[in-house]
Amino acid sequence: MIHSLFLINHSGDIFLEKHWKSVIGRSVCDYFFEAKEKAAEPEDVPPVLQTPHHYLISIYRDRLFFLSVIQTEAPPLFVIEFLHRVVETFQDYFGECSETVIKDNVVTVYELLEEMLDNGFPLATESNILKEMIRPPTILRTMVNTLTGTSNFEERLPSGQLSTIPWRRSGVKYTNNEAYFDVIEEIDAIVDKSGTTVCAEIQGVIEACVKLTGMPDLTLSFMNPRLLDDVSFHPCVRFKRWEAERVLSFIPPDGNFTLMSYHVNAQNLVAIPVYVKQNISFFESGSGGRLDLTAGPKQTMGKTVEGLVITVHMPKAVLSASLTATQGSYTYDPATKVLVWDIGRLNPQKLPNLRGSLSLQAGAPKPEDNPSINIALKIQQLAISGLKVNRLDMYGEKYKPFKGVKYVTKAGKFQRPACVAISHFST
Amino acid sequence: MSASSAFSDEKGGSSSVGEPEYGHDPASGGIFSSDYKRHDDLKEMLDSNKDSLKLEAMKRIVAMIARGKNTSDLFPAVVKNVACKNIEVKKLVYVYLVRYAEEQQDLALLSISTFQRGLKDPNQLIRASALRVLSSIRVTIIVPIMMLAIKEAASDMSPYVRKTAAHAIPKLYSLDPEQKDQLIEVIEKLLADKTTLVAGSVVMAFEEVCPERIDLIHKNYRKLCNLLVDVEEWGQVVIINMLTRYARTQFLNPNLNECLLEEGGESTFYGSDADQDEDEDEDKKDEALSKRKPYVMDPDHRLLLRNTKPLLQSRNAAVVMAVAQLYFHLAPKAEVGVIAKALVRLLRSHSEVQYVVLQNVATMTIKRRGMFEPYLKSFYIRSTDPTQIKVLKLEVLTNLASETNISTILREFQTYIKSMDKDFVAATIQAIGRCATHIGEVRDTCLNGLVQLLSNRDELVVAESVVVIKKLLQMQPEKHSDIIKHMAKLTDNIQVPMARASILWLIGEYCEHVPKIAPDVLRKMAKTFTNEEDIVKLQIINLAAKLYLTNSKQTKLLTQYVLNLAKYDQNYDIRDRARFIRQLIVPTDKCGALSKYAKKLILALKPAPILESPFKDRDHFQLGSLSHLLNTKAGGYQELPDWPQDAPDPSVRNVEVPEWTKCSSREKRKEKKVEKPFYSDSEGESGPTESADSESDSASSSASGSEQSGSGSEESEESEERSDSDEEEEEEEEEAKKRKTQKKEPIEAVQQSESEQSSEEEVKKRKVSIPPPRNVSESESDDDDSPSDSSQDSESEDSESEAEVKKKKKITPPKAPTKPVKKEGKKEKKEMSLLDFDDFEPTPSPQVTPVGNFLSSSLVTDLEGLSLTDTVLSPATISPSGSLKSYELLHRITGEGLWVEYCFSRQPFLPDPHMVAVQIQFTNSAATEAKSLRLEEAKLQSGMRVKEFPEIEVLPAGESATVVMGVDFCDSTQAANLQLCTHSRKFFVSIQPPVGELMTPSFMTENEFKKEQGK
Repeated sequence: MIHSLFLINHSGDIFLEKHWKSVIGRSVCDYFFEAKEKAAEPEDVPPVLQTPHHYLISIYRDRLFFLSVIQTEAPPLFVIEFLHRVVETFQDYFGECSETVIKDNVVTVYELLEEMLDNGFPLATESNILKEMIRPPTILRTMVNTLTGTSNFEERLPSGQLSTIPWRRSGVKYTNNEAYFDVIEEIDAIVDKSGTTVCAEIQGVIEACVKLTGMPDLTLSFMNPRLLDDVSFHPCVRFKRWEAERVLSFIPPDGNFTLMSYHVNAQNLVAIPVYVKQNISFFESGSGGRLDLTAGPKQTMGKTVEGLVITVHMPKAVLSASLTATQGSYTYDPATKVLVWDIGRLNPQKLPNLRGSLSLQAGAPKPEDNPSINIALKIQQLAISGLKVNRLDMYGEKYKPFKGVKYVTKAGKFQRPACVAISHFST
Repeated sequence: MSASSAFSDEKGGSSSVGEPEYGHDPASGGIFSSDYKRHDDLKEMLDSNKDSLKLEAMKRIVAMIARGKNTSDLFPAVVKNVACKNIEVKKLVYVYLVRYAEEQQDLALLSISTFQRGLKDPNQLIRASALRVLSSIRVTIIVPIMMLAIKEAASDMSPYVRKTAAHAIPKLYSLDPEQKDQLIEVIEKLLADKTTLVAGSVVMAFEEVCPERIDLIHKNYRKLCNLLVDVEEWGQVVIINMLTRYARTQFLNPNLNECLLEEGGESTFYGSDADQDEDEDEDKKDEALSKRKPYVMDPDHRLLLRNTKPLLQSRNAAVVMAVAQLYFHLAPKAEVGVIAKALVRLLRSHSEVQYVVLQNVATMTIKRRGMFEPYLKSFYIRSTDPTQIKVLKLEVLTNLASETNISTILREFQTYIKSMDKDFVAATIQAIGRCATHIGEVRDTCLNGLVQLLSNRDELVVAESVVVIKKLLQMQPEKHSDIIKHMAKLTDNIQVPMARASILWLIGEYCEHVPKIAPDVLRKMAKTFTNEEDIVKLQIINLAAKLYLTNSKQTKLLTQYVLNLAKYDQNYDIRDRARFIRQLIVPTDKCGALSKYAKKLILALKPAPILESPFKDRDHFQLGSLSHLLNTKAGGYQELPDWPQDAPDPSVRNVEVPEWTKCSSREKRKEKKVEKPFYSDSEGESGPTESADSESDSASSSASGSEQSGSGSEESEESEERSDSDEEEEEEEEEAKKRKTQKKEPIEAVQQSESEQSSEEEVKKRKVSIPPPRNVSESESDDDDSPSDSSQDSESEDSESEAEVKKKKKITPPKAPTKPVKKEGKKEKKEMSLLDFDDFEPTPSPQVTPVGNFLSSSLVTDLEGLSLTDTVLSPATISPSGSLKSYELLHRITGEGLWVEYCFSRQPFLPDPHMVAVQIQFTNSAATEAKSLRLEEAKLQSGMRVKEFPEIEVLPAGESATVVMGVDFCDSTQAANLQLCTHSRKFFVSIQPPVGELMTPSFMTENEFKKEQGK
């Protein structure tokens, strides 16, 4: 399936190549570079390209292109999903996935790629198994390695692949047995100019950090599972149990993993926690404009809104902005035309406000678009959908683990788009 | 020295001298990438005795390989270390070897003996890794060795080694395709493997080596279906794709009858209700009722659909897509809807995933628009989406547009026109044009909107609008001469060639509608002719020709002028056109025969262009495939075969699977079936529902007459392995395993029968009616009014096929000692039913009846949802006490808006004390009123009597009415089959009394009771 992989940085240099079958020359990437030249943004490069003899499937993540070459029919999503899995493995191993980090750990990276695919077909993609074969570098181990001359290759034979529970490594031991679950929800909303919600939905994930000895079999149940409209699971979750009883029954992988992600689709239920009053206008003369933004809490259920960041995508003609913020700080990037206002904690008594003037490119016509506004925020201790974990039971092991659940709400793609007040289509 | 000792020796042994970690020396990269002389140092290091130096050297070499540098000159020095004791060095040497062996074949042979030794190692991991490297060395001379190694590994005890063997097959095949026949033998052998570990890999090998040998799959089909959930993600994708193709060759098109009952309501039907699962059943019933020639789905076909459905919940987008395409290509139309939600979920993933998913959704929306209509808003475009995603979403929105939602979609499009992304705006205008052509009602609105866009400041927007307006106007030009006039004015300003050309064409085509303006436009164009783009010039010539033919007085000279200019144009197309036109229209003495027809030729009525989606007909490629995405056949693409054309001939299908029936003795089969639920229960994985329907599937397959010997046993073996993670267990030979399972059987059988026995009565009842063969019962259940099978119907409803399976169970274990543990069993059963069947224990709702008895595993949950909503909807007044259950008599879909429920009011029926009072509630959810609702007796069992309710004359839309009727069931639980008539239609309905409803409550003291009992 996957023939070769090339890692390409933002400026178009190939800095790593790996071939799982015969070697394919780098010149195959020229077709990709051609497409990249054409695209305005790196995101606009088509993920699938056809060349006379090969097909190129690429993803763009963390300012890097992961370009895979395939020669025959293969499901594109298969390849794309695998490439993302590669990136996630790198992030898992090195904390981030950047050119420097990959270059610094090139041997580990190469080993990982070698294990993840055999003849182009995925072999071991579970982080638990990979970590059993190739130890991730840590600062401490790097130091020890430097001093003692050992390296980060596992001396033991990996046995994880032999297990019928391929996601969990064997022989796990902890002195403190803990299981933490973070319920993280994101509101994804489009609000029109008048403040009405065009559409809103809640995306949630349950991130787990499970450090339990042996082979625990966990059962997690919810107070209100009917809330969940659509779910997807880590492979460890037993589908049938969910279908029949609406409980999550699973033998967890060791360490951090995403247990499930879900979707709550209840328009009226979604209470948007903040509002933003916007007033952005441009003068007829075309010389400048005025901006006035105010943010305030709406329905926060008594919790504090934190990490509030408002991002405005300005029209191209806006050269610079001179504004004053009553709270937080703002930056305007003239290259990308993005105004970022970092407010921080929202104080309901004293609403933060940002106002001032915008200067436009001389001679440019008055911009007509009302810029769209994105809002990011975070509310601790609250899952806005109201989802509640009922209990966590453990079978198969005798000890008593420490259990914890945390709820966080964030704004995802919370968007106030351009003006909607056009009337010529009235039907 | 064997490789194993190398591994074990090294445990903890290699910590020697300190050496710098390669990767953390920032300078090293720069030095080595540029300096080739350093290779001498590397050679020295590799030749040294110290492992640490060797390791350091290997790391540097691997880093160079990663960077694409050539290190082939080091090959002799490196290959020497293939037998190195240090596992780390060894690993890196393998990496090097695999990379360069192809280039240095002779030297590579030196390493072969090491791997051959490794293949004999007692440690399975070493055997596997030796095979893996050996097969990755692309040296033709070792083909026989590889073949031998693969054959041996394919019968290895360890499933992990067998998996590696499966991986090695395509490697060998690509090296030497002549080995195909031998490799197919190995594949055949591995396909029979019963472990999840091997399944994915061997199917992948099958797909690469011999995808055309679909006959190899027959025997393994059911096993693969059953293993699927537990196979690793990547294997799932490959298996599902292969099974899709397989099913297309083996089963009949479930939508064959679709054409017979083409229902217009299909799309709105989905739109009305977001929950697809509910719809599924309703819809099925709907279909079944109106079907003339009942289609019976092959149970194996059903098995595939059912076993893949839970994978829609996978976190892996590729798996979800694979299941989605399977459903799209294989499922009955009514069931395809379930995939929509999962696909919409993928739209929240990375943009590359979105890109692929949207392409596929776009194709699907053309065929099955209704499926995605409830998710319309999920396709709304965000300003942050990349352009290619925006354009695809636009495509989907356009495909989804219908009379009902067009106003919402147009409002959304309006906002898009304001976007800063001009390519996207252009695409939006195109989309509006397409909506306008497809939906007649909004054509004028769209046209007006587009005309207003003509005054937009952005020229690109204007140009695109012109092009689209041109296409729209072609449909009804006579009405819109003012628009044409408006556009004629635009020629002064607009510069985009395509737009100018479009305007000129319009004016030329409809010059009769603008007789005054047209010559003037030509005059202006003649002036600027030389400066125009080629497409514009061509249109100027066309315009001139058309005007000359209609209005030669005014335009004769102009035309001559234009044609003369064109005669000397640089572009030969334009010169050709000019020459051609001149000959055609200008009368000369030796003019040809054609010029007589010039007017007909040039001013012929042109058909309006059909604006079609570029995704139309793309579904002849298997969805989710690369070929589909590129819309061209990619190398190695396996065509998705058409459904078999022939009429359903069951014997043909039986012939296709003769092995299945042969090897299964009846008893063996049953024993095995008993095991299965035991294991899945013990695994704690399956609730009562699950075990019930997993049973039902095996039951159904057995009834179809084509039984696969081991479907049950395989799964049980599998689950055994799964519950037991011990390595040794894994390595056990198949035979030993079988012995073990056989030993276990009696105990299992007991347990099974215990837990399955719910109560004496139930069992008795079930004993009486042994189920007819599956397909018979299926087709029978299609018509509700045959009283003979109604009891059986009700059976299968209350706990689906569980009941039937129990019947079987009861007969099955011949020596099973049931008595001693009976009590326990009872209890267990009770608890279970409390958990799950509570809601619909005695549900004889006719709504479920026509649905196949081999229902999907989720049916129970579906039903749960159904009954819940029903109770919410039904007014509380109907039941005096909360415990009264109402049953559905006529579903609102079947009843065309009339929805009838009944319940046993547990009141004495006054007119006749022998009758049971049945309270019936009519709800008219249709838009029109229903008239003269009454009952007619259809076929009552002997002795049964019915006292009809007074006829309801009119039931206005949205209203409901309640009546009471009496039925004398003659103390039997047979259903009363009646005909419910409205002014326009008749529906066959049946009322099924649970035993409890037939009794009259009476109070008596203990003594009285004893007295009565004594009688």
